[in-house]
Amino acid sequence: MESDEDEVMQRVPLSERPEWSDVTPVPQDDGPNPVVPIDYKPDFVETMDYFRAIYVADERSSRALNLTAEAISFNPGNYTVWHFRRLVLEALDIDLQVELDFIDNIAKNNSKNYQIWHHRRWVAEKLGTDAADKELEFTKKILSADAKHYHAWSHRQWVLLALGGWEDELDYCRELLEEDIFNNSAWNQRYFVITRSPLLGGLEAMRESEVSYTVEAILAHPENESPWRYLRGLYKGDTQSWVNDHQVSLLCLRVLNTKSNFVFALSTLLDLLCHGLQPSQEAKDVVAALEMSGTVEPDSDLAKSVCFILEHVDPIRANYWRWRKSKLPHAT
Amino acid sequence: MSSAERANNNSMTAAPTKTQQEQWIVENQVFQIFDLFANLPRNAKSALVELQRDNHLEYLTRGLKRLDPSFCVLDANRPWLCYWILHSIALLGDYVEHEVENNVVDFLSRCQDPNGGYGGGPGQLPHLATTYAAVNALITVGGERSLSSINREKVYMFLKRMKQPSGAFRMHDAGEIDVRACYTAISVASVLNILDDELIQNVGDYILSCQTYEGGISGEPGAEAHGGYTFCGFATMILINEVNRLDLAGLLDWVAFRQGREGGFQGRTNKLVDSCYSFWQGGAFALLQRLHAILDEQLVNFGPQTGVASDISGGEESSDGTQVDDKTCHFKLGGTNASCPVNLNSIGYNFVKQPGEMEALYHRWSLQQYILLCAQDMEGGLKDKPGKRRDFYHTCYSLSGLSLSQHSWSQDEDAPPLPNAVMGPYANLLERTHPLFNVVLDQYYDAHEFFDTP
Repeated sequence: MESDEDEVMQRVPLSERPEWSDVTPVPQDDGPNPVVPIDYKPDFVETMDYFRAIYVADERSSRALNLTAEAISFNPGNYTVWHFRRLVLEALDIDLQVELDFIDNIAKNNSKNYQIWHHRRWVAEKLGTDAADKELEFTKKILSADAKHYHAWSHRQWVLLALGGWEDELDYCRELLEEDIFNNSAWNQRYFVITRSPLLGGLEAMRESEVSYTVEAILAHPENESPWRYLRGLYKGDTQSWVNDHQVSLLCLRVLNTKSNFVFALSTLLDLLCHGLQPSQEAKDVVAALEMSGTVEPDSDLAKSVCFILEHVDPIRANYWRWRKSKLPHAT
Repeated sequence: MSSAERANNNSMTAAPTKTQQEQWIVENQVFQIFDLFANLPRNAKSALVELQRDNHLEYLTRGLKRLDPSFCVLDANRPWLCYWILHSIALLGDYVEHEVENNVVDFLSRCQDPNGGYGGGPGQLPHLATTYAAVNALITVGGERSLSSINREKVYMFLKRMKQPSGAFRMHDAGEIDVRACYTAISVASVLNILDDELIQNVGDYILSCQTYEGGISGEPGAEAHGGYTFCGFATMILINEVNRLDLAGLLDWVAFRQGREGGFQGRTNKLVDSCYSFWQGGAFALLQRLHAILDEQLVNFGPQTGVASDISGGEESSDGTQVDDKTCHFKLGGTNASCPVNLNSIGYNFVKQPGEMEALYHRWSLQQYILLCAQDMEGGLKDKPGKRRDFYHTCYSLSGLSLSQHSWSQDEDAPPLPNAVMGPYANLLERTHPLFNVVLDQYYDAHEFFDTP
């Protein structure tokens, strides 16, 4: 809450600017007894009063454009100001490349703000495919500071779909995953690329190589939920292939054999069994080795045993595992 | 042994990733609090696990009366501030003075646009989110004056203007499109009894396209599964009677794994716990509890239905298994109700009237423990996690999640929860909230009756 006097450039009140002398500011109609009233600073009040004047008058001039910038700097969340700014930009036919720089500046301290990202998308859409590289760079910069930034990822996906630039995207995902294999946003982006990139063959074509990649990630950190969900996702729409792919069940057994970090391995095995996997003797042995003595009858259904173990090793989800057990297809 | 397995064996010595580091820091803070709590003598324990009603109420009522200059960044969100505060007060079973109620109604009326909908403040462009917040706030205040101040015809016209051919909605004139916009629009329409076929057209398709490979729902097609959007998408599908089209087993599995050892919920896989997800993620369980029949059907058939309508408005299910074009399934129920089309505007009411037939599938006790021990601010209000600052948003959604959790196993709608459903003193019990709209149930019933007349 520093006063403007501390800044090098002191703000000149609008009332003292000759170029605004013809405008009568419009006060906010909060009424006599407003609730949630904000203790606005005088600069804020004045800026918004002048904004209201030009908004009501629908003045789409360059001074109006500058005023929207001032209003935005006070409150980047004011979507009405952003909306009006877009109307002015169109009316004045402003060079939108410059607008991108403007957004860059605001985004520095305000990146978690819907309005900025919507505005960015609007500008980029108008600029067309030429903007693709710059937009990919922009989102990359945001993601380098926060690799899971939701808006940045959404924007990046929109850019790829609307403006292109798919060539390096899979590599970019690989880079991010090398930095942090737990980054679920990067896994999600990977899925986005392999399913939608016009340069790749689609999910089924990519499946084999992706399964190898994912299995390796899982073995490095079996406690990492992201690649397990990703693995399941690789068989989306084709559950039978997932059940029949030995790699999947073998992966589960491998992790179960280590007797550590095996919750997802068990959960996956459970899903496989529910979808008709015929368990091997090895699978039964591995699960039996995990059971606490005296808790399960020896000839119990394997899926039931798995649920039982999960109730104990993953107690926060005990209700869920108990429910899963109650919904098991009955063993013959 | 592969290089990956060798790496796993060495994972204790390998440098932790950012995700791991951040998670360990939060877990340490939370477990420190839990350990401290566990080692306290009984009296001190009960004090710590008490819901600080008076402090929270003071924080809330002060906010309603005055907000400091730093709130200028929420100057386009004032109906939200009204809702977060009023709803929290209502959950705490308290009231605001009659005069303040009138002031709320007057203020929100000034936020109402002559062409329909509510903006973030007087004179601002109408926006779906602030419309949702304003309507919910007015319902929470309740009473003739408050409810009649909503211009339903104009709201309807605003919703129609925001409607996109894709089925989704824009947040405001030329604004962004996402699952949140769908929820705010449909929720408002439903609760005001102005929902119709035109508004619901293709919404289901859009939301379906947002259910990700993980099972949760994203904000836009292709984006990451996220707690906030999952609630929005899920609630919307229920309200438009198309919830059977979602992969509910997949959704349940994803949301079940969003609860961490801390007891609270994370918003996305491998991210940090945050008290607000107590409602967004916890709410999904409250919704699932009343969909057990559809869930069961999907489990038997291993997947979402493409033809059978989910008829929850009449409390019955169409079960003749007819493969019907799902675009018309609202009207062709087959079976017993062929002559009676689904009344979209009754869905919200019937949903909450029917008893929950299965228990909530998450660890309710742990969630309540997280909220009470880690999210309460000593000076009133609630916060995301230890080390964060309190705010009205987190106060609202932590309390909403706490309420859902306390009330999550009442088979009889009129019977209060058993003491073992409430962590801490029984006085911690909050008012019940409607799991689809997140408005205190009593206020919802009043509004439902009021708006039942067309």
